[in-house]
Amino acid sequence: MIERRPIAHFFSHAVLIIGVAIVAFPLYLAIVASTQSPDQIAQSNPLSLIPGGHALETYRIALFGGENSRGGTFPPALPMMWVSLVTAMVIAVGKIAISLLSAFAIVYFRFPAKGLVFWMIFITLMLPVEVRIGPTYAVVSDLGMLNSYAGLTIPLIASATATFLFRQFFLTVPDELVEAARMDGASPMRFFWDVLLPLSKTSIAALFVIQFIYGWNQYLWPLLVTTNENMYPVVLGIKRLIAGEAYTEWNVVMATAILAMLPPALVVMLMQKWFVKGLVDTEK
Amino acid sequence: MGLVSYLINSKIFIEESTELEKRVLFKSAWLPWALVAPQLLIVLVFFFWPASQAVWQSVLSEDAFGTSSEFVGMLNFSRLWADSTYLNSFKVTAIFSVLVAGCGLAIALLLAVMANGVIRGAGTYKTLLIWPYAVAPVVAGVLWVFMFSSPMGVISFALQSVGIEWNHLLNSTHAMTLIVIAAVWKQISYNFLFFLAGLQSIPKSLLEAAAIDGASPARRFWTIVFPLLTPTTFFLLVINVIYAFFDTFGIVDAATQGGPGKDTAILVYKVYFDGFKAMDIGSSAAQSVVLMVIVIALTVLQFRFIEKKVNY
Repeated sequence: MIERRPIAHFFSHAVLIIGVAIVAFPLYLAIVASTQSPDQIAQSNPLSLIPGGHALETYRIALFGGENSRGGTFPPALPMMWVSLVTAMVIAVGKIAISLLSAFAIVYFRFPAKGLVFWMIFITLMLPVEVRIGPTYAVVSDLGMLNSYAGLTIPLIASATATFLFRQFFLTVPDELVEAARMDGASPMRFFWDVLLPLSKTSIAALFVIQFIYGWNQYLWPLLVTTNENMYPVVLGIKRLIAGEAYTEWNVVMATAILAMLPPALVVMLMQKWFVKGLVDTEK
Repeated sequence: MGLVSYLINSKIFIEESTELEKRVLFKSAWLPWALVAPQLLIVLVFFFWPASQAVWQSVLSEDAFGTSSEFVGMLNFSRLWADSTYLNSFKVTAIFSVLVAGCGLAIALLLAVMANGVIRGAGTYKTLLIWPYAVAPVVAGVLWVFMFSSPMGVISFALQSVGIEWNHLLNSTHAMTLIVIAAVWKQISYNFLFFLAGLQSIPKSLLEAAAIDGASPARRFWTIVFPLLTPTTFFLLVINVIYAFFDTFGIVDAATQGGPGKDTAILVYKVYFDGFKAMDIGSSAAQSVVLMVIVIALTVLQFRFIEKKVNY
């Protein structure tokens, strides 16, 4: 602060508190709704802002499934969260693994057609899966990968984001380290495992946070490649709870929404340091 | 997200491509190939093959049963330009992205300036503001549609009490407002982080000098801080437009399903709808190609301005 101005200070805090409150308000309402009974919500005008006493029951139905008051059934969210977890982990770990290897090859080896390989990986940065959903779906379908983890994850691993981050990082690693390793007779893979990988730990953590969230929150792609309920990730499950029904049990919808946002939100808040690094570092 | 970071990284590529290679290189005839093989294979099968299929299908016309197709050249494209629903979708996307980028940047900048000004608690505010980044777009859509639904929606009730009869199922302006709010809410965290980082990198001495010369805080902001933030603002502008174009499918699908009519059907939603609901493969492929051109144009635009280092 340049000047001491208590009023300006107070004003800053007031704006920030209002901002935080507005940002948190939808979450608060979701929590409140998930603790009320379906009838209480349906009859309310508007929703009561005081939490109700049905939290345990609602979350039990949301997690393990159950019947709604109109005789329909709720699909359990727990298996869907498992699908989301596996999908997010495979995408994050898969991307990091293949990118580490290809970045290592591109930075530390000279080989014919290196420029072409580099260009082929680079160009994928241009076209996210959203703009080529139709043909990518056709390929996945031809390969018999619909309704499988492979179909949910591998097409999303085909992106060069991580490769460029690691290439960037490897270029900053001092050449003396390679010289020393070679003088000691270490093989390239030995150098990779014992020197490069330990040095890349923070970059890997930062990228993991970003890619985990990316994988967990995928919606359009799973919507296309999964038709089997057993393979629905949880964000798709929420949409199904409100789609096509004239009558929506909002308490269960909101409980499922909270369950769906909890893991990635926890990852962001607990791994905040790496999250911010992952976002801001790449911007340099 | 993938989109957001690919752009950032493509910038790194351009900046670094002139950098020298490593002086010390390993030698092996087969190892580098084995190392790049997994990524190359995935890229070939799931990227080059489908992307070329999109281009190929966009110049073909399939009959309704998908049994035969013939080469029709630019017909799918000329049909698109003559299609009022497609042109409307362009207009909808343009309005949507301008609103999302404009509101998202303004609110995030205000919050970042305030957070940069407080001595205590900045870290706490940061933690409390960044979590919506982790919320899936479709969940954001569900949260907001709940607040605007009737009769239990809190905001629709509040609006009703001041005389606004809220109905996003019938009123296009209401529907657009709803998806803009949900999209902005989710993106503020990202913009906030980058603005805060930008603000913290501005040298304190500049502001102190201006303060000694008697410049008021408002004047310091508009003559020093805001101009120095131009690169960050421009970067965020492009990222936000891309976000609004491609990453908001879930919000639209959860909140309005493109309705009422087609008044919130953004381009990505239309590609999905025409390709997978209406089964018009040729048109959907042509739309995909148009989207690819848009992404490439935005990327090039980004490069141009980064190269010039706006205002530096």
